[in-house]
Amino acid sequence: MTALLEARDVTKIFRSGFIARKETTALEDFSLRIDPEQPCITAVVGESGSGKTTMARLLLGLELPTKGDVLYKGQPLARMKRHEWLQFRRDVQAVFQDPFEVYNPFYRVDHVLEVPIDKFGLAQSKAERRSLMVRALDAVGLRPEETLGRFPHQLSGGQRQRIMVARALLLKPRLIIADEPVSMIDASLRATVLDNLRKLNEQFGISIIYITHDLTTAYQIGHNIVVLYRGSVAEAGDVRLVVKEPQHPYTQLLCGSIPLPDPSRPWREQPMPSEIARQAKEDRGCKFATRCPHTFEPCLEKAPPLFHTDAHRAAACYLYRQDVALAGDEMDSIFIAMEGEVARR
Amino acid sequence: MLNCTKAPFLVNFSHLLIVPVNRQICRSQDWDRAQYPTGDRRLKVMSPLLEVQDLHVYYQTARGPVKAVNGVSFEVRVGERYGLIGESGSGKSTIALAILRLIKPPGQIVSGRILLDGVDLLGLSEEEMRQQRLASVALVTQGAMNSLNPVIRIRDLIADGLSNHGVRMSAREIQTHIADLLARVGLRSEVAGMYPHELSGGMKQRVCIAIAISLRPRLIIADEPTSALDVVVQRQVMQTLRKVQEELGAAVILIGHDMGLMAQFADRMGVVYAGRQVEEGGVEELFAQPKHPYSQLLMASLPTLEEKGVFQEAQGAPPSMLDLPTGCVFHPRCPYVMERCTLEEPQLQMVWSGHRAACHLLDGDRSLDRSVAQIQEDISS
Repeated sequence: MTALLEARDVTKIFRSGFIARKETTALEDFSLRIDPEQPCITAVVGESGSGKTTMARLLLGLELPTKGDVLYKGQPLARMKRHEWLQFRRDVQAVFQDPFEVYNPFYRVDHVLEVPIDKFGLAQSKAERRSLMVRALDAVGLRPEETLGRFPHQLSGGQRQRIMVARALLLKPRLIIADEPVSMIDASLRATVLDNLRKLNEQFGISIIYITHDLTTAYQIGHNIVVLYRGSVAEAGDVRLVVKEPQHPYTQLLCGSIPLPDPSRPWREQPMPSEIARQAKEDRGCKFATRCPHTFEPCLEKAPPLFHTDAHRAAACYLYRQDVALAGDEMDSIFIAMEGEVARR
Repeated sequence: MLNCTKAPFLVNFSHLLIVPVNRQICRSQDWDRAQYPTGDRRLKVMSPLLEVQDLHVYYQTARGPVKAVNGVSFEVRVGERYGLIGESGSGKSTIALAILRLIKPPGQIVSGRILLDGVDLLGLSEEEMRQQRLASVALVTQGAMNSLNPVIRIRDLIADGLSNHGVRMSAREIQTHIADLLARVGLRSEVAGMYPHELSGGMKQRVCIAIAISLRPRLIIADEPTSALDVVVQRQVMQTLRKVQEELGAAVILIGHDMGLMAQFADRMGVVYAGRQVEEGGVEELFAQPKHPYSQLLMASLPTLEEKGVFQEAQGAPPSMLDLPTGCVFHPRCPYVMERCTLEEPQLQMVWSGHRAACHLLDGDRSLDRSVAQIQEDISS
């Protein structure tokens, strides 16, 4: 079974500096398969600089990997022909972070919906084009008569972001990559955008990669989660397991830092890094060793592989070295599949 | 500015010639002798530090005035952490700017009084107000880390504020003061010699806190100080802010839309909707028993880690500030709307001591004591 989109041992290194060359590894040996038969929502979380946006850009073909391949239906993106690109651009859609920047303020919002329809020749007549737009807006819960014909500044951030989801939906994609879609929207309007994404997954069978730094929303809509730390996977698996009982010390730190909306449950004290953590090198061994409260000798030597700690979870930490180590590209084998029958398109 | 950078060919005698006016402000040994009592979050001294009375701030536009702040009154006590929560466009940042008198035309403070320690800030001259900023009221803004001048070292950024406020210190005193400030926000002293681009976002935000506390203000206004940072760094910055606030005995107004952050940080909070304050109370009470339907909606639409896949959609959008609804500003979105709500504007009234809400339901028989589950049911029906 060929995956719809697959990242195979992808590494991305950014080089900068003119005289003193500086290398930044944004993503290291990352593998992920998106199976078209099992549409599910995969949340990717991590702090800023953890490589989540680089991962999105690599999967969207906006960036080429330094090492490894991104494959679309078994074909490496780097060697695809024009008509294959066109198909790829239809199947894989993006929703970006900033609902203000993606609009051209001189055009009415209809413009962002008309362009893909015209580009891909989805409609034969103006009336047909209009009905496509209306249907897409309906699907994201916007009233077309209140949205179409308006300028971007007349709509709220949440509405603008939902129009972007509607635009993605127009093309009937198989996969939507949403990079921080709600981080710039008010808390009270986030729910609707997230609900839209979840409905797309459930009703239209579209896979979604939901990139965020917010564990709460990742937990709310994700089925599976991948926690990135400085370009490597720290923990991955069933979102309920990972968020509720985190195993990797970094995930534990992340979960412990969520400000809970409950004054009676204050932030707990952050554990201090262990003594030996001071000897840890940035470029050798486990990347989290310098900040980890559990660092011990093996962590300083070699980066840990993903240990298969539960049926549906793996953690890259030597604390679980008694468990079976997974090969880099086996990560998705532990993901939970969608339960029940998913409505097919 | 030059006083503190000490150019190699100039010997700076200014500190010998001028009588040190404000020197006592910055002696580091005074810092730990807390000038103002602090302690348990419920037992703050009751005297008000800041009183905002019936504040109106309008932005004049071609289509009429935008009433960004429309009659807001609250007080912040000495050493207290006060939260202001509301959606974007609700006027919460305008309140912050009004307290600092930084509203620029077409914005205008139409009426109201802002008393800081009994001094009416709106009655001060421009120069007197400039002296108050940073020295009495400091601001840490949303993108504060991007406000650091990229070609000036951190040391000089901090010293700039000091010299601007007439602090005369020798270069050595300035050095120790800066090192002390940086240590207070958890940064190494080497940071003083760095440029802003050499620091991460969280470090830059902590530099901004260091600048904000450099003159020991009595009030720090933090306007979404962590909205651009991720959770781990957010927690570090908020804990830093809390630590320095407690050491200084300063009061903090935290402005934001993150209910979680409010719950973790504030002692009391006010809920702002469309330029009006709709509810105010202690954080524990407000989270346990929100009285205003808007606060209830906010509480109910919080994504939690308790239950998966429960989304409470907040129905409707905030009103246009150009054309506010008659009566209660929240009535078009309110699940309990009555005829009276469309006609008469509710005033803040006491629910019990220390907890106020502006809602007509508080007069009537309909009880507002609903559980979150009931509220969610009400909203979705």
